[in-house]
Amino acid sequence: MKPKTVENIMKIVLWTSGLATIAVLLMILAYIVSRGIGKLSVDFLTQSPRRMGMEGGVYPAIVGTVYFTLLTIAMAAPLGIAAAVYLTEYSKETFLVKSIRFGNDMLSAVPSIVFGLFGFAFFVTRLKSVTGGWSILSGALTGMLMILPVIIRNAEEAIKTVPREYKEASLALGATKEQTLIHVTLPTAMPGILTGVILGIGRIIGETAAFLLTLGGSILLPTSVFDPARTLAMHIYITAMEVGAMDMAFSAATVLIAVVLILNLLAHGISNRYSRFSSR
Amino acid sequence: MKKILFICAALSITSVMLIGLFVFIEGYPIFTKVGFFNFVFGQKWSPSDNLYGIFPMICGTLATTLGALILGVPLSIFTAIFLSEYAPKKAERLITPAVELLAGIPSVIYGLFGMTMLVPLIREFQKAHPSTNQIQSGYSVLAASIILAIMISPTIINMAKDALKSVPNDFKEGSLSLGATKWQTTWHITLPAAKSGIIAGTVLGMGRAIGETMAVIMVAGNTVKFPDSIFSPIRTLTGNIAIEMAYAEAGTHTQALFGTGIILFIMIILTNIFASRIYRKDAAAK
Repeated sequence: MKPKTVENIMKIVLWTSGLATIAVLLMILAYIVSRGIGKLSVDFLTQSPRRMGMEGGVYPAIVGTVYFTLLTIAMAAPLGIAAAVYLTEYSKETFLVKSIRFGNDMLSAVPSIVFGLFGFAFFVTRLKSVTGGWSILSGALTGMLMILPVIIRNAEEAIKTVPREYKEASLALGATKEQTLIHVTLPTAMPGILTGVILGIGRIIGETAAFLLTLGGSILLPTSVFDPARTLAMHIYITAMEVGAMDMAFSAATVLIAVVLILNLLAHGISNRYSRFSSR
Repeated sequence: MKKILFICAALSITSVMLIGLFVFIEGYPIFTKVGFFNFVFGQKWSPSDNLYGIFPMICGTLATTLGALILGVPLSIFTAIFLSEYAPKKAERLITPAVELLAGIPSVIYGLFGMTMLVPLIREFQKAHPSTNQIQSGYSVLAASIILAIMISPTIINMAKDALKSVPNDFKEGSLSLGATKWQTTWHITLPAAKSGIIAGTVLGMGRAIGETMAVIMVAGNTVKFPDSIFSPIRTLTGNIAIEMAYAEAGTHTQALFGTGIILFIMIILTNIFASRIYRKDAAAK
């Protein structure tokens, strides 16, 4: 074949694969939403499920998701940011730091079901007296470990991009290292840090396997962090696979997709604004 | 201050070790009870008969992963080439967020899509082309492979795209100025130069396919059985844990599930060390 013909064929192949990505995404989203939107209503969001989730709404799952996500982030964000500060500002590239990075990479690779096994063995079983067994707390501790790597990596990148002049100016004015960190470095890096936190929230909201073994999956409204709960994603799995109420599963999936889309837009908005600032 | 920060930073590596340790402690007794070899290569899994062999599940995981790679890798690499070499700015601005969103869709959504759309389609196909003694349920290696191929594509696309973009422009310009076409340049110059990044991305995608749980349970059928065709229902290692953990009694059965977790953990860690080796070698060469 002539090179020119090959060139044209490959152009078609490459365009097709590129557009296929969008097509697949749109197909999945359109399919789920078109089957789920019919039953969606305010009642669906504010009522409790009846008959094991065959009827009614998803209110407890929404409350469970919110409590659980807030608790996870409240634990993971400070720890992750502190870790990133250590790795970027307080350490040199020693063997120790390299091992910490390596550990971080490995942690992000561990399959969620293995996190679930660990959470079950450690938080649910060993620490039962503290966590109350299957509970929001056990799930959140497990979730915290899952999202630490995302938060650390994003915060690290963000802190690295803070211009040196900012820090040097602050230090030259007589500020201590801690003052510079809190008043100059962290605020400048905040958009990048927030992006990581939002990605972490996305991961927690979408995750199911690990929490099947740690969160308990209760259909009742949780009243404290020691109660079992279920997230929206778990609710979808349980209604689709165990109850067989596909309508309800599709409607809950539509709500979940909406949440994921909003989080994505949020992350995008933040990083767009950020890049506009830094290019100025 | 520095000490507190250090403790936070050390948390991630400590937790990897703790996770490994705990899963190992809980699962180790199964190796002494039935023997490591009998556990890993045992053909029969039947907890009620005290039979714990996970070989069919290992094969199930390998079959779905292989299928996902065969379906997903070429398309992902083509998409990466498109994004880095061919796409006009406008197309790139549309496709890049789409890839990001594909990575962000929860696995239960993929599972739900697979079980209500893909599985019935495969079932119809099976009914139209009946073969001997096949279960015509649609839940199959094929369904799991297709869903996994979509799920791992963002990982491969992003890694491959970064690798292709980091190939120095001089290489490409040299080739183009010698009269090579754009595709000849891509095929003979850019792709070989980006090889290790693309392979590392593929290996990471493979790790994701091995570790994925929910989407696979929802479409694979979960029968403990050797995969003998792309239409046979199978159970994966991850599926084994997720399905049986809910009702497993403390004791041998639970230990066997943790044992499954040990094998899975080892597979994933090896895959990732392999990927980071390739990647680091690449970075060192540049």
